[in-house]
Amino acid sequence: MRRLAQLLVLPILAGCTAAPPPTGINDPYEGFNRQVHALNKSMDRAVLRPLGRAAATAPEGSLQPVVNFSNNAGLPGAVVNNLLQGDLGGAGTNTLRFVVNTTVGVLGLLDPAGAIGLKEAETDFGETLAVWGVPEGAYLELPAFGPSTERDAAGRVVDFVLDPLDRLGDVPGPVQDYAFPAKVGEQVVERGQLGDVMDDVLYNSADSYAQARLIYLQNRRYELGQTPSATDEDYYFNPYEESQ
Amino acid sequence: MTVLTTRRAFLAHGAALALAASAAAPALAQDLTASRALVDRLVADVNAVIASGQPEDAMIGQFAQIFQAYADAPTIARYSLGADARAATPDQLARYTQAFSNYVAQKYGSRFREFIGGAVQVEDARAVPNGVEVQTTAIFVNEAPFRVDFWVSEATGQPKFFNIIIEGVNMLLSERTEVQAMLDQRGGDLDRLISDLSRM
Repeated sequence: MRRLAQLLVLPILAGCTAAPPPTGINDPYEGFNRQVHALNKSMDRAVLRPLGRAAATAPEGSLQPVVNFSNNAGLPGAVVNNLLQGDLGGAGTNTLRFVVNTTVGVLGLLDPAGAIGLKEAETDFGETLAVWGVPEGAYLELPAFGPSTERDAAGRVVDFVLDPLDRLGDVPGPVQDYAFPAKVGEQVVERGQLGDVMDDVLYNSADSYAQARLIYLQNRRYELGQTPSATDEDYYFNPYEESQ
Repeated sequence: MTVLTTRRAFLAHGAALALAASAAAPALAQDLTASRALVDRLVADVNAVIASGQPEDAMIGQFAQIFQAYADAPTIARYSLGADARAATPDQLARYTQAFSNYVAQKYGSRFREFIGGAVQVEDARAVPNGVEVQTTAIFVNEAPFRVDFWVSEATGQPKFFNIIIEGVNMLLSERTEVQAMLDQRGGDLDRLISDLSRM
């Protein structure tokens, strides 16, 4: 299974460059990435930020159903990745979440599963690749999607193709039909919630490209559980030694 | 005889070990305790400001003061300058540290705004190569709890934190990136950066 899946993905990853050191930045496409960053910023300024601001003025929690619906529709895809990573616990939790929220939670608009402690085991194919030992690859900024890496960009493509939602016969039609618009809505709501923090990075920093890159890489490595050991001297660098 | 020597050697060795252990253990324990206590006090102060229900601007001012009180600003400032710190005169460095401290306290003080309505819990402390890592969890309404780590050092004589890591994102590295970019924009002119930072 593992080999088969690796075989399927290998062609996509053929372009990946060598693994960077875990704390470093590998950005051979910086020139191109910076152009995409400028494009993304102008799209944010024109579309996403104004929509996010509007969403942020909605009554507290009133847009949560959109986020819930989108998360729920993404669960079957997450289960596939849980399984590909050998994470049976996560697969079980996410399956149960999907069943409970799609039925009791009215097509996923509500989150009764979360209320009883069934929290989503978030994952994606980028993480599956990391679990399989595929190196991170070079940093990439993708149009519309923003910061990524070669590995995570390949993961996005595979997630899109692999998503079993539309092939699940018993799933109510609306869950399939509104998955995409809900996903877009979720982005808007989240942009609204991130408001000032995001504005600080994009519009108040001296080099928003470098900041976004640093934040994405560090946070992604953290999410993927690549937490350094307590003896890692590269990660736990010492600013006191440097100053002497 | 052999048995005796062995026994004596063993005893002496054991005593030495015990001595070493008793000397090392309190030092390490004290370090952990002091560092954890620093973050405990910091967190208590932050939570108290949050609970005070003052207007947001007043809170941000107080967060900035908390940052000044608990952070090792000179070390953070010097690190943010990178190699340029070595080229700076002592006078420049002193003025830069002052300007940077104000800038960074304002910036992170206003970031603490995100904590309004939430609370921070100290979870654990462990020894790491550059000091002590104190792990905390930030808990917000309607949001998944997230991890905030403080790196604490006693290198200056008393415990101060010199780095905050929020879900893997590291303040020292962010600020070095930012300061390098600001310096580049000013053609490497440190004095101009100092005067611009002072006005931020």
